[in-house]
Order: sequence, then structure tokens, then C-alpha cells
Amino acid sequence: MRIFLKVWRQASPDAQGRFVDYTAEDVSPDMSFLEMLDVVNERLIMQGEDPIAFDSDCREGICGTCGFMVSGIAHGPDPGTTVCQLHMRRFKDGMRLTLEPWRARAFQVLKDLVVDRSAFDRIIQAGGYTSVNVGGAPDGNAVLVGKTASDKAMDSAACIGCGACVAACKNASAALFTSAKISQMALLPQGQVERFQRVVKMVDRHDEEGFGSCSNEGECEAVCPKEIPITNIARMNREYFRALLFSRD
Amino acid sequence: MTLDSNVPGGPLAEKWDRHRFESKLVNPANRRRYTIIVVGTGLAGASAASSLGELGYNVLSFCIQDSPRRAHSIAAQGGINAAKNYQNDGDSIHRLFYDTVKGGDYRSREANVYRLAQLSVNIIDQCVAQGVPFAREYGGMLDNRSFGGAQVSRTFYARGQTGQQLLLGAYQSLMRQVEKGTVRSLPNREMLDLVLVNGQARGVIIRNLITGELERYAADAVLLCTGGYGTAYYLSTNAVGSNVTASWRAHKRGAYFANPCFTQIHPTCIPVSGSAQSKLTLMSESLRNDGRVWVPKNPGERRPPQQIPEEDRDYYLERRYPSFGNLVPRDVASRNAKAVCDEGRGVGESGLAVYLDFADAIKRLGLEVIRGRYGNLFDMYTKITDEDPYRLPMRIYPAIHYTMGGLWVDYNLMSTIPGLHVLGEANFSDHGANRLGASALMQGLADGYFVIPYTLAHYLAGSTLPAVSVDHEAFREAEAGVQGQIDRLLAVKGSRTPRQLHRELGQVLWDNVGMARSEASLRTALARIPQLREEFWQNVSVPGPKNNLNKNLEYAGRVADYLEFAEVLTLDALHRTESCGGHFRDESQTPDGEAQRDDENFSYVAAWEFQGVGKAPALHKEPLTFEYVKPTQRSYK
Repeated sequence: MRIFLKVWRQASPDAQGRFVDYTAEDVSPDMSFLEMLDVVNERLIMQGEDPIAFDSDCREGICGTCGFMVSGIAHGPDPGTTVCQLHMRRFKDGMRLTLEPWRARAFQVLKDLVVDRSAFDRIIQAGGYTSVNVGGAPDGNAVLVGKTASDKAMDSAACIGCGACVAACKNASAALFTSAKISQMALLPQGQVERFQRVVKMVDRHDEEGFGSCSNEGECEAVCPKEIPITNIARMNREYFRALLFSRD
Repeated sequence: MTLDSNVPGGPLAEKWDRHRFESKLVNPANRRRYTIIVVGTGLAGASAASSLGELGYNVLSFCIQDSPRRAHSIAAQGGINAAKNYQNDGDSIHRLFYDTVKGGDYRSREANVYRLAQLSVNIIDQCVAQGVPFAREYGGMLDNRSFGGAQVSRTFYARGQTGQQLLLGAYQSLMRQVEKGTVRSLPNREMLDLVLVNGQARGVIIRNLITGELERYAADAVLLCTGGYGTAYYLSTNAVGSNVTASWRAHKRGAYFANPCFTQIHPTCIPVSGSAQSKLTLMSESLRNDGRVWVPKNPGERRPPQQIPEEDRDYYLERRYPSFGNLVPRDVASRNAKAVCDEGRGVGESGLAVYLDFADAIKRLGLEVIRGRYGNLFDMYTKITDEDPYRLPMRIYPAIHYTMGGLWVDYNLMSTIPGLHVLGEANFSDHGANRLGASALMQGLADGYFVIPYTLAHYLAGSTLPAVSVDHEAFREAEAGVQGQIDRLLAVKGSRTPRQLHRELGQVLWDNVGMARSEASLRTALARIPQLREEFWQNVSVPGPKNNLNKNLEYAGRVADYLEFAEVLTLDALHRTESCGGHFRDESQTPDGEAQRDDENFSYVAAWEFQGVGKAPALHKEPLTFEYVKPTQRSYK
């Protein structure tokens, strides 16, 4: 197959970006989307041109490194799929695709399709953990955790931190990302001690980093490669109000 | 130089306790005066950096990814072993120790393995306290599954994403320390050289991958937690960014490289589909709990799997190994898959695959139970192959997955360079010639959470460490060397891409230093590798800016290192004329085709000392003695 690409090229954070046209030749349907881009880049390198910069690492959909917009959809058209797991059999010969980086105030473009997502780390830094040092943990079975709670916590914990939710949101909100971690901890007994402080600190940090507010459009849930449901955001809001009302700190 | 493993005296079960008591300590008020560099943020690096931060050290944490949460430990699927004996099925610390020494085909250090088994139980407790959502029984207790090479259920798991959940636990602890100010997180940075002052590891040269600038960092000790070297083979289950560079450059500064030929080829990966393929995807070994491995009895069988009747199927693992069946260790499973494919009984278009069939398990347990256990793995398989494993058997084939070899370390996890400690997959110590499933996560976290806090303090308190600034001559010299190499890469302006050359190297290694190795194949590789290295430096193309984000330049530097490292890997395989674990020499097998060890001549760790690129490295031997587990022919029959 042959695919026509329109790719955002931007040399550095301060440089002016623009779309550049490329043609991907001899694309096989079994290739992943990123392997198709590898082939385009190989040709650019042989011609002595700067290849298209894009992030990727594990290429099996778990590290959360890859991600860009494929014709306006974060990670492309397949539901529940990162762009590294999107395969070219999904597309037809001769299709035209536009590739753009995540666009959000809190995610600066570093080069081409690569953005700075360090704001996510800072949100976790604010409270996305239990404050336990190594050494004194009680036996793993000392605290029982119901299977339902544990399964639900795992559903939320599955977030890979790729940033698709922010890119898809018209407000560039990171509510889905933030709420997934808050939910995981709120659902588990281990998370109870710091439950109130955690939600307030993380939500405040989220706002300070320049992410927008959630207005319940559900775009984030639609593109999330791990299909994290928007009910996490409802839980976060509930947790937040509860903390404001009942916290004694 | 004699290799002293520094294993403490006394009975096996008391060594670690005794060592902890005898180790020197650093006073809590003095810890912040020590700066520790931790390179890598996988399970070993993140757990080490966070634990040292908790203790009050001043920690600098580096990773090549854009966030510490993305290190490749995140992709581990199946689980983590611990000798908890929650299932009342006969497990104990001694049994986990025994299984690991045996599984490693008697090429690991007994004292290290015993300590690992002891610490395994603390890891689970720590991770539960962090809020890792391990799988639970209905009564709220932790659930377990069994894994290859063991006859007890001791594997803890979080669906098929155990590595992700354990890494996020360690990452969150790390972020907590960043917030407290004990750890400085420095992502998007690649270590390109180790700096030695007075023979001690005192700093690193780092390339900032966003700005392209070289940066110098000084410290009192350096911890390498940079993973294995499986990507030397090009196609592997490792992340495309995983590499050998940090280890290799430390090796060039004097750290010995131990047992590089001990590479693990994982039996259950999705087969190769095309030439543009950039990586192979693993299907967790836990699938072998419920899946049955088979090929057709007759070579040239053309019927689709569901039309092949029972009597025409060969469940070859169950047939050859009745007591372990589909749960034989990885090396045995991989070699048998290769053997049946070599007989022409492989399946799929390429003939390089075997079936992993869930039909019986679905019949026995129901679709929902199977979906609950393996749902995400089945989804992943469907995405990649466009086939439905609930209806058709999976096609799987072995692929490079893990490397047991690595930088040589003593019992304190210190390399042959004073102050340079090596943790996790990057060191060689605990898995011998073959690693058992669900043991990598255990080792990474044991090293980081529970071993290094003690052994590093012992080193710091017992060493003279004069103040060193980054203006020291040694930093200037190291930085100039790194800059020189980058300039050389950019100056070649040839016509071949780093990827083309890497793929060629990978093919040479897979064909000649892969699942079965012979003197002839290894000599072929040794002739080919220097030619490829020459070709690389004559003809590689690295366009784009030096002082900016340039992923192709990063990659070219890593490929240059694979091309040097591959020679030591091959030489090690050539010198070890026995078969053991993942290292199978055609010349050394039992009459029924199993690996034949040669304990008389090879019961040692081979540690290689760098002598110059293209020059034969010097071999040093650390003899292995077995006091508690008597080496026998490994049998899983």
C-alpha cells in the first residue's frame, strides 16, 4: 500500500512549525503505524535529511511513551489502542493522514511529534502514593482487600500516562489521568490514611500545571488506550468535595 | 586481579543477617553529605533511588525516557515470585533458593540466591503497602499462580501487568522523594561515560537528549541500573530504546563483564511477520499454565489447527517432560520449539512457530475464567496478529528476552571499579545460566529496596572519598572523549542507516549465537562482527543537529556499542564449550538432546576485562562452589 502523510515538523520548542508532505511506499498491512514511520525515516536518513522525531519505547502499548494525533484522533482510529499497536491493516491504500503532536498548554512541543509531559510527573509528585518507607511494611495478607475493590483499583491503575486524554480534551484537562491515580488509592485500604490530603494536593497541582477543567464531554474516555472510564473523574470530584467538607487538616 | 566475591562466612541462612550486622553504617545526619548517582529508573533503579532518598542521601536519578515511569520493567507481564507459602503447598525460602539455583543450571552464586529468596517475602509486603493492586481471592487474600520451573504456586501478579504495577509503585515512591527534595529526577538524559578519580567511580558524563548538551555530574558513588543487552540481537522483546551503552562504557573504564553468553530466549513470543518489524512481543509465560503447546505430528501438515484431530497432534512438552509438562523452564521450552520447527513441523506461514492452545482450558474453566486470567494478553495478540485466540490456538516462537550475563559484581553488588555498583538485570549475579519466570522483578526490587541501602553504606563509610568537582581533569577528559565520538558519528555522512547495520548485526547474532551455538557458527560471527563495525564507521549516515533532540544520533551511538559488545558476547560463547541453561553448544548434549554441563571445567563465572576495541579481552575466573545444592543433571522429566 501507499499512504500519504502530512506531518507536523518543528525543529525546536521556539521554532515555527509547519506541515510537510511525505509518502510512505510499500507499506505492508502487518506493519505497525510506527514501523511505517520507521520506513519513512530510513529513507530520510539515507537522503541525509533530519528524520521525523516521534517518541516510542516498548512498542507493545504499556510504557505510554508513544502518542500523537492521527487525522485528529489521539493514537488513531482504533479504540483502546496506542499508536504503536495500531496496524496498517486498519488503513486503505492511498489514504491521506495528518500527524500532529499532542496540543495542550501544559505539554510544550519539543520537536516534531515529541512533547514535554513532565507535568504528569509533578501531579504524581504532589500525592500519588502512600507515604510508606521501605522497612516496616506488615505482612502482605495482614490487610484483606476485597476482590471487587482490588479489581476496580486495578482498572484505574492501568493508566499508562500517555497524555491522549489531555490531547483529546477541548479544555486540555488532565482530569482522567489525575482521577485514575486518586481512584486507585481511594479504593484500596492502603490509601485511606492520606485520602483527603492526596486528592486536594493532586487536584491543586493539576490546576497549577496549566491543565484545564473537566466539562464532562467524555472525549478522554473515547481515546484512552487503556479504556479508563470517565467514572474515575466523578469519583475524584466526590473525593475532592468530601475532603473539603470533612478534612480536619 | 583476583575476583573476590566477598561472600560472608557462616551458614547459608545466616550470611545476610551476619553481613548486615558486620557492615559499616552511615550516621543519619551524615547521609545528606553523600551524593549518589543512580542511572536508570526501572525496578532496580527506581527502588534504589527512592530507598536511598528515604534514608536521607542526596540522590541524582537519571533515565533516558521522558519520565522515570516508562523504564522497560513496565512491560513485564506475568508476576513476581516470593517464598510466602500462602498456598500451603510446600514452598519455603529454601525451596525458592533451590529452584533458582537449579533453574540457573548451577552457574549462580549460592549466597546471592539465598539472600534473594529471603528478601522475596519482604518485597511483597512493601509493594502491598504501596498500594500495588495485586490479584486477590474472594476472601481478600493475595492470589498466586504457578510459573515455569516450579512445582508450587508462588507467583504474585496484577493481571498481565505485574511489571507495570510494581514499577509504578517504585516510581511513586521515587516521586515522593522528589517532592521532599532528597532525589533530583533527571529524565531525557543518557549516560555516555563513567568518570573515575583515583580509581573510584566519582561521576558520569550525560547527554541531555533534548538540548544535545553534554553535562557533568560528580558523586560519591554510582549505581548502574540500566538493564540488559538483549537489543544487541536487534529483534527482541526489549523496548526499542533499551541498550547496552551505559554498561559497555563502564566496562571500557574497567568494570568486568561476566557471562555475556548467558542470554535468555523466551519461548512464548509472537512470531516475526515482516522485514520492517522493529520488535517482538512477548506473551507471558503464565499462559503456559492453561495453554497446551503442540505441533502437528507430520511435517508438511497443511490443515488449519482446528481441523487437526487429537491423534495427529504432538503435545511434545507433555510427552517429553511428563512431570513439568508445559511448565518446563524457558530454555528447555525454547530449545524444544526450535527442534520441532527444524524437523519441519513448525506452523504458520514461515514454519517458525508452534501452537499454544487454550481450547481444553476454555472447556474446563469456561471462557470467562480464561478472559479474567489472560484477557489483556489475548487482546494484545489479536491486535498484532488479527487472529482470535479464544477460537484459534496462538502461534508462538522463541525470542531474545532477558540477559543473565552482565557486569560482574560481588556480594555487595559492587563491580570491579570501587564505588560502581550494578543492580538488576545489568548485573550478572543471581540467575546463573537461565532465569526462572517471575524472578527478574524479584531481583530488581530486592537489589534496590533491600540490598543496596546496606551495602552502599558499608562502602561509603569504609572509603576515603576526597571532594571532587566537575572541573576535575578526569571529567574534562571523559567529556572530550564523548564529544569526539559524537563528532565522528556526524562526520561519516555515509549512505547506510544505523538501523540497517543494527539489523544485520542482529541477524548474525541470532543465526550464530542464538538458541544453538557451535564452534563453526561462533567463528562465523567473530569474522563478521569486525567487518560490520568497519562498515558502520565508514558508511553510517547520521543527519540532523548535534545540539538538539536527535533520536537517530542517540541510536547510532548505541549501535556503535553493540558492534563492540557483540564480540565479547561471541567470544564468551566460544570459550564455554559446555552447554548450560540458555547457552546451548551443539557439541555438548546428552544422548536425548538435553544440555550437557561440564562442571569439571566450567563451574566458574567468566569475567572479561576490556583490553581495547577489537582486541581479545582478558578472562578472569570466579570459581563457583556448591555447598547446599549438589549440581546434578537438570531434569524436568
